[in-house]
Amino acid sequence: MINASLKQLSAELAAKKISSVELTRLYLDRIAALNPQLNAYITLNSEISLAQARAADARLAQGKGAALTGIPLAQKDIFCAKGWRTTCGSRMLENFIAPYDAHVISQFNNAGAVNLGKTNMDEFAMGSSNETSYFGAVKNPWNHAAVPGGSSGGTAAAVAARLCAAATGTDTGGSIRQPAALCGISGLKPTYGVVSRYGMIAFASSLDQAGPMARSAEDLALLLNVMAGFDERDSTSLQRDQEDYARDLAQPLQGLRIGLPREFFAAGLSGDVGAAVEAAIAEYKKLGATVVDISLPNSRLSIPVYYVLAPAEASSNLSRFDGVRYGYRAPEYSDLTDMYEKSRAQGFGAEVKRRIMIGTYVLSHGYYDAYYLQAQKIRRLIAQDFVEAYQQCDVIMGPTSPTTAFNLGEKGDDPVQMYLSDIYTIAVNLAGLPGMSIPCGFGANGMPVGLQIIGNYFDEARMLNVAHQYQLATDWHSRAPQGI
Amino acid sequence: MSLSTDDVKKVARLARLAMTEQEMHSAHAQLQNIFDLIAEMQAVDTRGIEPMSHAQELSQRLREDVVSEADQRELFQSIAPQVERGLYLVPQVIE
Repeated sequence: MINASLKQLSAELAAKKISSVELTRLYLDRIAALNPQLNAYITLNSEISLAQARAADARLAQGKGAALTGIPLAQKDIFCAKGWRTTCGSRMLENFIAPYDAHVISQFNNAGAVNLGKTNMDEFAMGSSNETSYFGAVKNPWNHAAVPGGSSGGTAAAVAARLCAAATGTDTGGSIRQPAALCGISGLKPTYGVVSRYGMIAFASSLDQAGPMARSAEDLALLLNVMAGFDERDSTSLQRDQEDYARDLAQPLQGLRIGLPREFFAAGLSGDVGAAVEAAIAEYKKLGATVVDISLPNSRLSIPVYYVLAPAEASSNLSRFDGVRYGYRAPEYSDLTDMYEKSRAQGFGAEVKRRIMIGTYVLSHGYYDAYYLQAQKIRRLIAQDFVEAYQQCDVIMGPTSPTTAFNLGEKGDDPVQMYLSDIYTIAVNLAGLPGMSIPCGFGANGMPVGLQIIGNYFDEARMLNVAHQYQLATDWHSRAPQGI
Repeated sequence: MSLSTDDVKKVARLARLAMTEQEMHSAHAQLQNIFDLIAEMQAVDTRGIEPMSHAQELSQRLREDVVSEADQRELFQSIAPQVERGLYLVPQVIE
């Protein structure tokens, strides 16, 4: 049952072969057994989960089930869910009980899904290893000495360890794709604006996008069908017709043109990751695709540009945490300014403070043009590279991450080393394009390798088709960590 | 560019982050590394390039000026650090 697809689970539930309560208990038992080691979940609330499961069973009994009715999912702890503690991985929100539902949460509630719990993450989604969480690092289910990636590391570990049927993540610079790659699962970051950000705690508003993480592309399509759609409460939510993202899954790949950016296969790419990605490309050729050599010359600038723009937006977004209306307040202070300064100093962790400081600096008087404006101009050059590339190809492929999962503590105290692990994912966020990662083999150390698939704007259905056809021909996506 | 410890102090104050001398010292070294990484941008010729502030070229939507939120004062205040008689409490700012 823990290896069943969402479609299979849905059929079993509709046929009354299993109830949602039974399925939810199965996962809660697995979480109780495995989470103490993995630390994939920050908050569980079996009372709410089981109440939702009972409601789903009642709905199914009336024959009113929808695509996800009764299916137990996990939610990244960045989404406000009414009545649930919502921490964003931070001490700042350690005791914050969300008073309302994020749009994504309401969509899943309306679809009848069960919420199993809130998954661990890097603090305020700032990190690539899940080590910045106030609630402790998450272990990679494939090797407990390794990181799961970040920032959606708890979700990736929970999906890989079968501690939920599927789950959500968010991606600002690679936070869905990189952990999906490092934990051997599938993850999709949609085109910016496809999924509402309402109730999703903001990091960098012009880059943040929520998406599904699951064990197959087919599952991702069903989840995206529920998550996507216009929401007037998010001013950047796009008014578009509702799509069925599963509509093209069965299409053959004959004639598909795959662009391979030279820059993604250059120095810095680990040999074993490169080999697995090349093997995946060879498989695509067998499926009828052709490859095109392309160039994204400005993509090398994506890390510097990102580390100006994302911290600038974060420093503004995180100014709301002042210890007055919600969140952490320092126990002792002398006056109002001292209360702000101590509450923020004690409530935020080191990486969050670093990014707030970078952002404050680049936005400050005298530096705005040299940093912020220059970064925004280069952002346009990076986006234009993709526009030109898509004249010659239908999708772009390459590695998701330059290496497989590194060990906990390995990147040490130098934040720059950590930042470089997002070299292949960040440009996609800057351009606002959809990107995904699917498992395509294992590295020299036996850890999973992810293949990144980047689509043109609003091309999610085609990307899912491209991923699904590969998953019909290979079985990397159905491998499970030992002992799972 | 090189960042001085005074710059770090000034930024910490602007960002309302209390810092000890030791934290200031380690933040200085790490921020310097990050700014060295960012410096790569400076050499790029961006004359005539329009800044890109957003992934989609959007204009702000307008809506009717009608009430869309229900009053949830009690619920919202139940998660505040300190409230009294429906008011948020902060240290005294006016003598």
